[in-house]
Amino acid sequence: MDSKLFPEGTQRCSFGQFLIWLAVILGFFGWGLYAAVLVLYNGIGTTGLDNYFGFGAWITFDLAVIALGAGAFFTGLLKYILKIKQLEKIINLTVIVGFICYSGAMLVLTLDIGQPGRAWFGYWHPNVHSMLTEVIFCITCYCTVLIIEFVPLVLEQKQLNKIPFIHALAHNMHINMALFAGLGAFLSTFHQGSLGGMYGVLIGRPYAFREGFFIWPWTFFLFVLSAVGSGPVFTVLVATFMEKLTGKKLVDFKTKALMGKIAGSMLCVYMFFKILDTWAWATGYLPSVGLTFDQMFYGVAYGKWLMWAELGLCGVVPAIMLVTPSIRNNPALLYTAALLDCFGICINRYVFTVQTIAFPAMPFDSWQVYYPNWVEYASSIMIVAYGFLVLSLSYRYLPVFPLETKLNYQSGE
Amino acid sequence: MQTKEFKIKWGMVIDIDKCTGCGACMVGCQVENNIAPMTKKDPYNYVQALTTDRDDAANKLRTLTWLTVYELSNGKTFPEHEVAYLPRPCMQCGNPACVPVCPVIATDKNEEGGIVSQIYPRCIGCRYCMAACPYHARYFNWWDPLWPEGMDKGLCPNASPRPRGVVEKCSFCHSRYLKAKDKVRAEGGDPMNLPDGAYTTACADICPTKAITFGDLNNPEHKVHDLAKSKNAFRLLEKLGLAPQVYYMSEREWVRKQGDNYNGNGGHGAPATNHG
Repeated sequence: MDSKLFPEGTQRCSFGQFLIWLAVILGFFGWGLYAAVLVLYNGIGTTGLDNYFGFGAWITFDLAVIALGAGAFFTGLLKYILKIKQLEKIINLTVIVGFICYSGAMLVLTLDIGQPGRAWFGYWHPNVHSMLTEVIFCITCYCTVLIIEFVPLVLEQKQLNKIPFIHALAHNMHINMALFAGLGAFLSTFHQGSLGGMYGVLIGRPYAFREGFFIWPWTFFLFVLSAVGSGPVFTVLVATFMEKLTGKKLVDFKTKALMGKIAGSMLCVYMFFKILDTWAWATGYLPSVGLTFDQMFYGVAYGKWLMWAELGLCGVVPAIMLVTPSIRNNPALLYTAALLDCFGICINRYVFTVQTIAFPAMPFDSWQVYYPNWVEYASSIMIVAYGFLVLSLSYRYLPVFPLETKLNYQSGE
Repeated sequence: MQTKEFKIKWGMVIDIDKCTGCGACMVGCQVENNIAPMTKKDPYNYVQALTTDRDDAANKLRTLTWLTVYELSNGKTFPEHEVAYLPRPCMQCGNPACVPVCPVIATDKNEEGGIVSQIYPRCIGCRYCMAACPYHARYFNWWDPLWPEGMDKGLCPNASPRPRGVVEKCSFCHSRYLKAKDKVRAEGGDPMNLPDGAYTTACADICPTKAITFGDLNNPEHKVHDLAKSKNAFRLLEKLGLAPQVYYMSEREWVRKQGDNYNGNGGHGAPATNHG
């Protein structure tokens, strides 16, 4: 029915099947939308947040998807600025994943702030000393850059591209994409850093506070490194998941392994500095404010197991796996390492968001445990459903994977 | 660490040994500043009526209490067991953790007197300041503020009520400061040199045991000037370097020791802790 819209030389499932698939996605989306309406109409009181936990599941989700969406800017940087040609086989997907992550994060933020109608105040009354101001600036600007990067792909849709003007426009946008890739890399690096800086500057929160370089606490640099150490393999995981779902080969394994190598190298650098930072924090800073390392942990929700999982199983282990060629070139092990890597980054964003504020700085205060409720889960799932929707439509109608026909329909390749 | 200094520095000295934990200060604060009570039902919101109830005052992690009284315990068993009560307003820190983080300058420390402001119409409700404050002095309006019928007649004309979705906190009853300055001006005095007691907060006013003393920490004619320097005076979490303008005093060493962390001897997670 809609086969004329498919990318050149590809096959897709029937329109009926696709509609059923969309209905499932929209079911989840609708559930989240109901939660979002409750939040906007009744107030944030509908969530599990409270005065001890002003930040919770939403901010963790935001930080995690922004870190995992870092594949877009870093791959763009490597492809367009450093001219690594191999990456053009996956670059479209990184842009789409990046776009989904950033636009999704912005949607969550509109729910998360108490006065969404005042969101533009970040531009109108900016506090130049606040890391969050920089985050607001960079995320909105970078989301615009991602839209600019996404547009040519939409314009290359088979039927649209037959129109001479659109064909020329898409071509010209492609030619100038290096400019936007460079701009995106700059913006994205900064706000990945500012998100880390947001926690590092909290002088009243010993769990997160860090010294640093000039105005940037160490967490600034650690967040940049951890994002580029995980974003590329997240894109690989998305590509692989799409392959399993569609039963087609979409990206050649060589490109995936290269993405693994890139992320692995960055993860190694990250882990080196992260372990140093943790050591300095535990043995230098904490004693200086009268605290001990053990005091920073509590129960299961804020236990030491999280730290060991983050640094060990989901940090050093995937870093070694990804930089060792024989392990990286085995698909199952590459995906395992990628999963561990992404889990580790999510744990990092969780502890920095929630454990930071859970730690009772006043000695007579006690630990509180935060549980997100269904409203927060549902609205986060809404964003995931939105991602599925964008990816499904893109996969069906846009030429996302340049190698798809070669890998699936041409014999002898 | 930069501490912002002013010619006038409004501050408090709270004598914990005099505090009985009666909670009058919390009530005084609530009334003076139009702090919304917590009501389960919202008769004006039909969507709310169809879904779950709002929180009532039983949820102490959701209530608005600019000033809250913490219970301290020495952790010992009877007969050595002792408790103390610690009223905690906003510390109006000299080096506040909350001010530099606000993305929209909805909170600032730039007025003579050193009170950390909170500009409700500017606040976007991101709650970053709450994440920054280790004293839990900041509160968020989780629900639409609602005064049950009749209670609205008791609203104080001096403090603006806040809408849902913004952060609020103790302002040292700032409108009283403005009134005190006006009064002194009208009498031909110098508003930059208010006499001791001309400006005081609702909590200090109402405290039946006079545990709370309020005044200008920089003015030798004000009682707090000397009290803050007494040998039993301390501030909360001094090691973090936030330089609070609220001081506490107690003759009991175990109470003073609970004001800060001492490498594992602080009694973290002690069960005998109450909020409010």
